[in-house]
Amino acid sequence: MSLSASAPAPPPALAITNLIKSYGSFHALRGISLQVAVGECVSIFGPNGAGKSTLLRILAEITRPTSGEIAIHGQPLRDRPLSARRQLGVIGHQTFLYDDLTAAENLQFFARLYDVPARNDRIPAVLAEVGLEKRAHDRVRAFSRGMQQRLAIARAMVHEPSILFLDEPYTGLDQHAASMLTQWLQKLRSERRTILLVTHDLQQGLAMADRAVIFLRGRIVWEGATAGVEPRAFSALYFDLVAKGEQ
Amino acid sequence: MSALAKLWAVVWKDLLSEFRTKELLSSMLMFALIVVVIFSFTFETGSTATREAGPGLLWVAFTFASVLGLHRSMIHEVERGSLHGLMIAPLDRGLLFLAKAIGNVIFIFLIEIPTFVLFAIFFNVDLTVGLEKTALVFLLGTIGFASVGTLFSAMSVNTRTREIMLPILLFPIQVPVILAAVHATAGALNGRSWADLADWLKILIAFDAVFIIVCFVTFEYVLEE
Amino acid sequence: MPAAEKLQRWANIFGMITAVLMLVNLYNIFIMVPTEASMGVVQRIFYFHAPSAIVALAVAFPVTFVYSVLYLWKHRLWHDRVAFCAAEIGVLFTTIVLTTGPIWARPVWNTWWSWDPRLTTTLILWFIYVGYMMLRVYTGEEQRGARFAAVFAIVGFVDVPIVYLANRLWRTLHPQPVIFGGAGSGLEPSMRYTFLFSIVVFICLFVFLLLQRLRLERARLAVKEIKQEMSFAAP
Repeated sequence: MSLSASAPAPPPALAITNLIKSYGSFHALRGISLQVAVGECVSIFGPNGAGKSTLLRILAEITRPTSGEIAIHGQPLRDRPLSARRQLGVIGHQTFLYDDLTAAENLQFFARLYDVPARNDRIPAVLAEVGLEKRAHDRVRAFSRGMQQRLAIARAMVHEPSILFLDEPYTGLDQHAASMLTQWLQKLRSERRTILLVTHDLQQGLAMADRAVIFLRGRIVWEGATAGVEPRAFSALYFDLVAKGEQ
Repeated sequence: MSALAKLWAVVWKDLLSEFRTKELLSSMLMFALIVVVIFSFTFETGSTATREAGPGLLWVAFTFASVLGLHRSMIHEVERGSLHGLMIAPLDRGLLFLAKAIGNVIFIFLIEIPTFVLFAIFFNVDLTVGLEKTALVFLLGTIGFASVGTLFSAMSVNTRTREIMLPILLFPIQVPVILAAVHATAGALNGRSWADLADWLKILIAFDAVFIIVCFVTFEYVLEE
Repeated sequence: MPAAEKLQRWANIFGMITAVLMLVNLYNIFIMVPTEASMGVVQRIFYFHAPSAIVALAVAFPVTFVYSVLYLWKHRLWHDRVAFCAAEIGVLFTTIVLTTGPIWARPVWNTWWSWDPRLTTTLILWFIYVGYMMLRVYTGEEQRGARFAAVFAIVGFVDVPIVYLANRLWRTLHPQPVIFGGAGSGLEPSMRYTFLFSIVVFICLFVFLLLQRLRLERARLAVKEIKQEMSFAAP
């Protein structure tokens, strides 16, 4: 008879407890609690103003919560050393790119900020991954929206983050760029990276994620696994909840 | 990568961006030159009154051009959201302040040189006298102005009154710098010795040292949304 | 946030103390203290001018500074409110200094203004106070405005001594007749007593005004908090 020594379970990638964010009388978040396991992909749905972007802003340390606890890989957000930000990759509405610099220069800059080893090999590689290797020395100003988004993806990935926050990444993308994004997200999933995906695209979000969450007026009104959820039924549920919320 | 290397990366990015468009430098320089030209010909060149008013006029040109530049430089980052990109990076926010301030010091110092040359022409300044002292005063004064200016510009871009807010906040705080810089410039151009300028230089150095630290510490509170 | 009754009680206490002491102060200034030899009756304005300056520079401003630091540390809106109210009253006292100064200077030294280091520093302080209030009010979002104002107050507080030193250096290099003779320098005993007494009274006046102002602020904040709680509970 042997005792199997099992390693203790790793802490969740994200542990959010009773998060509140108020701007005076406007409450963007009214007590959000959410856990995301390592390697999990969670889709966050909800109408505008529901608090989804606010959550990401707090996780990215752009704004401070009014109250509540957040731990990333078990470390409370406020105690995390600066270097811990290396594990995060963010893609939002804004690309964070510099128009007057070339694609390669932009990536050089972020690679330096994020302590990327062997920059000069990594940058051409990641540009190739997003199909921009031929445009490496063109200024970002000349890029189309789709190309800028692809470069933004390269920027977010250059330091190989283990956790990704994507805030409506499909906005403004054409078919080609959108399918590229989906492919890339699937690749991330297979690499077991933790993903938080905020999106208006119910179908994409459901297909991509392990779990889904619906935000409404700063609260989570629905949470569950996506396996076996029928898209049309989910769509109906979603619009029903939103309609009820508007009353 | 060491903190210094990251600092340099941000400064380099700012310099590279600006040298591609030169929009900041050109607008600041044009403004400074216009101020010097227009206010120069209201004075009789050569009279004592002019010689005394000269350094003051020069620093008026510098400070007003600087305010324009500081505001534009910060708006640039805020408008495109790239400031957020810097905030989420593993970069100490105090270090980010230093990088932005250094960039601003370089830009302002670069426009001070041609402005001074034009000034020297109009005011018949003997450029063999006290040039190195003048350069030091320009540098110290600019550091004082750009450090607090960088901190305040991060605030003013987020107010309803925008550009107007920056000089309202900045100029009262800059009184020691302006006072010391004008007097030290006048002294240097008039051939005073280092010993004579020492007191003014001490004020500039003290101001710079104190406020670089204060701004370094408080910048993160200003960035946070 | 302190209890409303507590604020009210202390406001009343300081109100009474100030009223009584001010009567004594006025007696001192206008009846008891002898007329100054060289400047005449107008010198009595000194007993309003200098204590106001001391309150503006050494009482109101440090209060704003301390509560600004507290706000950045603890993030409690009440601290921002105290800092703001202290600055408001600071502007009041600063304005008194800047108006009594010229009124005193004109008949005695035949000039409305002199770049006396103390007066000049007070003028700059006025701009810093007003800039602080503008910044607080003109920043859209409440917490961000409070943070901005707090940072500005800290910068301003560190700056004012340097402003004073720079001005002093300037005046030593370009000596001007010394106006607004040094506080306590060569003051005859009854004058010194009147001066020190007036300082105490003006400090009490400041505290009274601050407490009254804070009562109003507390009421406002309480209403806001109720509204906030109600909107939070709403579905």
